[in-house]
Amino acid sequence: MATGGLIEREIGFFHALRDAGVSISLAEVLDATRALGAVDLLDREQLRAAYAATTLKRPAHRPAFDALFDLWFPPVTGDPSGSARDGEDSGGEPAEGAEGDGPPDTEAMREALRQLLLDGDEEAMRRFARETVRDLGRADTAPGRQNWFSYRVLRGLSPETLMSSLLDNLLAGQQRGGMAEKVARQTITERIRQFQEMVESEVRRRLAEDRGPEQLSKTAVQPLAEQVDFLRASRNDMAELRRQVFPLARRLATRLTAKRRLGDSGRLDFRRTVRASLATGGVPLTTYHRPHKPHKPELTVICDVSGSVAGFAHFTLMLAYALSEQFTKVRAFAFIDTCDEVSRFFTPGGDVADALARMSAEANLVWFDGHSDYGHSLKEFAANYPDAVGPRTSLLILGDARNNYRATEVPVLRSLVSRARHAYWLNPEPQAYWGSGDSATPVYAEAIEMVEVRNAVQLEAFVQRLLPT
Amino acid sequence: MLQPQFASTADVTERLSAAGYLTDDAIATTVFLADRLGKPLLVEGPAGVGKTELAKAVAQATGSELIRLQCYEGLDEARALYEWNYKKQLLRIQASKDDDSWDDIHDDVFAEEFLLSRPLLTAIRRTEPTVLLIDETDKADVEVEGLLLEVLSDFQITIPELGTIVAVRRPIVFLTSNATRELSEALKRRCLYLHLDYPSAEREKAIVLSRVPEIAEQLAEQLVRTVRALRSMELKKSPSISESIDWAQTLLALGLDTLDEEAVKTTLGVVLKHASDHQRASSQLKLN
Repeated sequence: MATGGLIEREIGFFHALRDAGVSISLAEVLDATRALGAVDLLDREQLRAAYAATTLKRPAHRPAFDALFDLWFPPVTGDPSGSARDGEDSGGEPAEGAEGDGPPDTEAMREALRQLLLDGDEEAMRRFARETVRDLGRADTAPGRQNWFSYRVLRGLSPETLMSSLLDNLLAGQQRGGMAEKVARQTITERIRQFQEMVESEVRRRLAEDRGPEQLSKTAVQPLAEQVDFLRASRNDMAELRRQVFPLARRLATRLTAKRRLGDSGRLDFRRTVRASLATGGVPLTTYHRPHKPHKPELTVICDVSGSVAGFAHFTLMLAYALSEQFTKVRAFAFIDTCDEVSRFFTPGGDVADALARMSAEANLVWFDGHSDYGHSLKEFAANYPDAVGPRTSLLILGDARNNYRATEVPVLRSLVSRARHAYWLNPEPQAYWGSGDSATPVYAEAIEMVEVRNAVQLEAFVQRLLPT
Repeated sequence: MLQPQFASTADVTERLSAAGYLTDDAIATTVFLADRLGKPLLVEGPAGVGKTELAKAVAQATGSELIRLQCYEGLDEARALYEWNYKKQLLRIQASKDDDSWDDIHDDVFAEEFLLSRPLLTAIRRTEPTVLLIDETDKADVEVEGLLLEVLSDFQITIPELGTIVAVRRPIVFLTSNATRELSEALKRRCLYLHLDYPSAEREKAIVLSRVPEIAEQLAEQLVRTVRALRSMELKKSPSISESIDWAQTLLALGLDTLDEEAVKTTLGVVLKHASDHQRASSQLKLN
C-alpha cells in the first residue's frame, strides 16, 4: 500500500474513533504516526498494538477500538480461498469440501465446528468463520447487490446445540452435575461466544468491502456499558454494569476522601492551642484544630422492583450497599404494589447479587395484582415504618412513576419528604417521556425533587452530589 | 539521549521471556514503542496481572538498574525529587570561621554536596541504562501528577538553586495504576498506554507452567479453566495471574495431582479473598 493511502486510511480510522466517543488529540495522532515508523507494518497485530498504545487512554474504549480497527484494517480482502490461505497449511480442513458451488453441507460444517470448539485453536476458528460466512451468510437482495447476515450463519450452524456432545467429550467420563461440568460448560460457552464474535466481525468486514468502512463505522460500535439506558439494557449490559459496581464504588470513595482531606479543618482545639502557646510566652501563634468529622447521613432507599425498572433498582441498590461505609445506616425497601423492608437480605460482607435474588423470591411485595402501585406502596411504607425517615435521613425513591392510573397519594409523599433531611426521586425514564401515558411523574415532581438517572454515568454524578463532604 | 535497547518486537518477546516474563503481541509492541519513542509507558489493569513484574522484567532483560518510586497518599516533592540536607547545611554554617563571608557560605550550602537525591532525580542523572518504575500512581495525590509532568515530558528537573538538570541518558519509564481514580489527561497524554487484562487461556497456562515448572501440564490446564470459570462469575475480586500461580504452588505443596471438588474446596482461599466470593463460588461450582 502506498504511504499516502496508509495515512488517509489512518485519518479515516481516527475520525471513526472520534465519532465513537474516543477523544484523540492532534498530539496523539502524531505519536501514532511516529509509532508506525517503528513497527513492522506487515504484522497486523503490531499495527493494532501501536495504535492502541498511542490513542487509547481508557479500557472502556477498547471494544469500540477493536471493532473499528477490524473494519479499517481488515485481515484479508475478498474471499477467504485467496490470500488468507497462502502459506498456511489448511489440509485436513473438513469444510474445504464445501467450497465452490452447490448447497453447503451444513452437517459437515457442524462437525467441523464441533472439532474446532473442542480444540479451541483460535486461528483455525477464525479461518472457519470466514469460510462459513462466505458459504452461509450471503443473501442476494437484488441483482448485483448482496447482503451479509450473521444470523444466517449462526442459525445454520446453531453452535449452542453442540453443547451437550461437547460436554461429553470434554468431561471424558467424569461425572456430570458437579464442578467439572460447570468448568467445562464455561470453557465451551466462552469459545462459542468467541466464534460468534468472529462471525459478526467477518460479516462486518464483508459489508465494509461492499459499502466502505465509513458506512459501517456508525453501527459497528456498541455504546459503552455505563452509557446504556437502564431501561433498554440487555442482560449482557446489566452483567457488565454489575461488574462495574465495586470499581465504581471504590472510585467514588477515593474521590470523596480526597475532597474531605482538602476541606477546612474542624473546630478550634482549645487545649492544644493553649499548651502550644506556652512555648511562645503565652501568645497563641499557631492554632490547632480538631479533625473535621464528616457528617454521614442515613440512607433510606425505596425502590420499585416491578419488571420494567427492576434492572435499574438492582443496580442502584448494589451501589448503595457497596458504598454503605459512607453512610451510618442503609435501609432498603422494595415494592411492587405493596412495600416490604428488604434490608435483612443484605448482610455486611455478603453477596449482593444473592441478596437481590432472595429479595425477589422471599420479600412480600405483591398485595393485589402485581402491577406497580406507587400510591398504595407509599401509604403502606409510611404506616408500617414510621421510624425509617427522620431528620438525618436521605430518602431515595427509585422508579419510573408509572402508576397504572391508580391513586397517587401525594400527601403521604409530601409528609415523608418534609420529615427527611434530603429527598430525591430517581427516574430511569428519559425526561421527555415524563408525564406521558400512565406516568404520574408531574404529580410527584411537585412534592419531591425528580432526577433523571438513565445510565450509570448519570447515577455516578448523582451519588457524588448526595454524598456529603 | 535516546539509546534504544531493543532491536524489534521479536527481540522484546525473546529477551523478556528469557527474563521469565511471557508477553503477547500487544505487550511486546507497546514495550518496544516505549523504548523506541522514548515515551513513558502507563500500565493499567486489575491487581495481580503483572504490571510491576513487567517493569522488573524489562530491567532484567536490558541489564538496567530498576529505580522504584512507590506512590502513596501524601507523597511529596521531598520524597520524589530531591531534598536539601538541612542538617548538614546547618553544620556547615556553624563550622564556618568568622572570616568567611556570607556570600561564600550561601553559595556553598546549596551545592551538590548538600543535595539528597530522590528516585526521580537519581533516575534522570544516571549514565547507565535505567528503568524507572513509578508504582501505583493512582495512590498519590493529584499534585504529584503535576510534579511528574516535567520529568516525563522533557526528562529534566529544575532545581531553583542549581538550575535545570537534563537527563544524560533517558530511562525507560513505567507508570502503573490500579485505576482507583482517573489520572489527569495531561499525564495520560504524555504516556503510551497499555491496559493489562487477564490473559488468554493459552498464555495463562504458559505462565503457570513457566513459573511453576514442576506442575503437570494436565493439572495446569485444569487449573486455568477453573480460574476462568471463577472469573466469569460476578465476584468482588476476580482471581488474577498471581493467584493462579499461588494456587498452582499450593496444589503442588499439598501433593494434589488433580483439581477435583475436594481439592478446590480446601484450597479456594488461595484464589478468593472475600467471604462472599467464597460463598458464591462454592454454590456455583456446586462444592457443597
